[in-house]
Amino acid sequence: MIRLNNIHKSYEMGSNSLHVLKGIDLTIEQGDFVSIMGSSGSGKSTLLNILGMLDNYDKGTYYLSGNLIANMSEKKAAKYRNEMVGFVFQSFNLISFKNAMENVALPLYYKGVPRKKRNQIAMEYLEKLGLKDWANHMPNELSGGQKQRVAIARALISQPKIILADEPTGALDTTTSYEVMEILKDINAAGITVIIVTHEHDIAAMTSQIIRLKDGIIHEVIRNGELKEFKKEYMKELETA
Amino acid sequence: MFDIDKWQEILATIKKNKMRTFLTGFSVAWGIFMLMILLGSGNGLSNGVAANFMNDAVNVMWIWSGKTTVPDQGMKSGRAIQFHNEDQSLISKVSGVGISSGRYFLNTTRYSFGKESGEYTTITCQPELKQIENIIMIEGRFINQIDFIQNRKVIVLGVDIKSALFKDSTAIGEYVNVNGVPFKVIGICTKPLSTNTREGYMPVSTAQMIFAGSNKLHNLDLTINAKSLEESQAIEEQVRNVLARQYKFDPKDEGAIGLYNKLENYIQTMRIFQAIKIFIWIIGIGTLIAGIVGVSNIMLIVVKERTKEIGIRKAIGASPSSVIGLILLESIMITTIAGYIGLVLGTGLMEMINYFMIQNAGPVDNQSGTIFLNPTVDFNIAVYATLLLIVAGAIAGYIPAKRAASIKPIVALRDE
Repeated sequence: MIRLNNIHKSYEMGSNSLHVLKGIDLTIEQGDFVSIMGSSGSGKSTLLNILGMLDNYDKGTYYLSGNLIANMSEKKAAKYRNEMVGFVFQSFNLISFKNAMENVALPLYYKGVPRKKRNQIAMEYLEKLGLKDWANHMPNELSGGQKQRVAIARALISQPKIILADEPTGALDTTTSYEVMEILKDINAAGITVIIVTHEHDIAAMTSQIIRLKDGIIHEVIRNGELKEFKKEYMKELETA
Repeated sequence: MFDIDKWQEILATIKKNKMRTFLTGFSVAWGIFMLMILLGSGNGLSNGVAANFMNDAVNVMWIWSGKTTVPDQGMKSGRAIQFHNEDQSLISKVSGVGISSGRYFLNTTRYSFGKESGEYTTITCQPELKQIENIIMIEGRFINQIDFIQNRKVIVLGVDIKSALFKDSTAIGEYVNVNGVPFKVIGICTKPLSTNTREGYMPVSTAQMIFAGSNKLHNLDLTINAKSLEESQAIEEQVRNVLARQYKFDPKDEGAIGLYNKLENYIQTMRIFQAIKIFIWIIGIGTLIAGIVGVSNIMLIVVKERTKEIGIRKAIGASPSSVIGLILLESIMITTIAGYIGLVLGTGLMEMINYFMIQNAGPVDNQSGTIFLNPTVDFNIAVYATLLLIVAGAIAGYIPAKRAASIKPIVALRDE
């Protein structure tokens, strides 16, 4: 599904060059539920941006569903993003002057789906996420959890293969965070690959695979079986902190 | 281009910033408003001056005799030139010369009828003068060819002479004494755009017979058929050459004969107005550019404010062209709507001025003596201005749209 081979990325900061990713090799299969962890500056957001075709990489290769993702035109990148990837952001990023239904329907607008039909589909997705009664509310009339659910509905509506979530629970309280994670789990159960960036261990522990980045390289990969150990380690970290 | 969503979004952003949109639109509206007023005034001035020229046929040329100022062919300077009847047929042969009339000047002429009398100018002419000077008949007829050939003692009175001598009684058919000689009144006339007509017209042949007893002429009036200044000047030169040969003077001698070419003056004056018009367009477009810069500026701010939103759109699949379209359309919409308001107000104001001028002075034909006439902008200009607005809107939106298209979607991921 996703194959990264020796990915490098650096940012020019004036005369300095900041080497953020220093050779990432990563394979994520269809239907995986992956979390990317790491301290700030470890390159986890940059990695997610590259996965989501929002940013270019300098060196290496990235295959998404067998397609080499490199040097694409803006137009083509936009098309790929629209077809293959759904994004969920920490700050929800809903468009403020559109109501919940219109926000959810927006990706279909860029796909060229007629207005009536896309609004109907948007309603179906809102219903799935239990927001049917809120369809005509503006984003500022919704709670954080509701906003994130609208954002998830928007990410799902174009039936993507991957959901990329950048700190999806970062702006939510614990209860709502768990609710959102339940939704993401359900989505994953339906066969969609879900990749989240988080710095919360309890959130990461709900995924089936944890990738820990450190200084631009993959420090360790913790899989299902090893999660118990990870939890122990995490407790230890909490104690020392 | 015409899907509801795009319009909805544009209206939403405009609604969010009503004041800002209004002020931006105002600068554009003002630009077009000024352009329309300037163009309308320019047209009014141009129409007024053109109408003054139209008093006579525009293509008229007057030739009068003078004294030579340079010696030529062995003859001294200071010799007086005197035209004769034959000269008219000589000049008529010059190509480009239309109709013509010879004139003989009379000294003071006293008109009398019954107890009333007064001194008036008498113009002696041929039937063609009616056409050359656009003489308008109120009653009766003008001098005709038979009057001219048979040296009939007939006279056409200017409307002011008629009212002075005859008051309200009919003049046609009565006899008026001119310097003691009775002339039969055959018509009453007036001239366009003039308030007083104090001239009497009689056949030049009759006048020559009664008052001079010769075939002398003082003046030749004629029309010329020329389409350009160059053609008109060529005809002028030929006429001068023909007369120079006839009376043996240097064709370059400006004093021997005088020549007034109305067409030349008309064309030159119209050229000045052409230049004024260009000048007006430059000023108008300058004002408009200020408006465009304003719109461009606002659109840049709009793009800046919507950076995050545009980033989100791109992340979920908006292509750069759809983003460019959004910004361009908004810019075009603001300029076109605001510009149209300015256009309607500007042309409306000029139409209103025209309306009041007609109310006060009557229809365009009667507005004599004004140099401001029909100050309106024609439909073509309005169409051009509309096209100009759409182009202006596109130009105003171009830079902001390009900036919007270059926004990277990752900015949407960043937290503020």
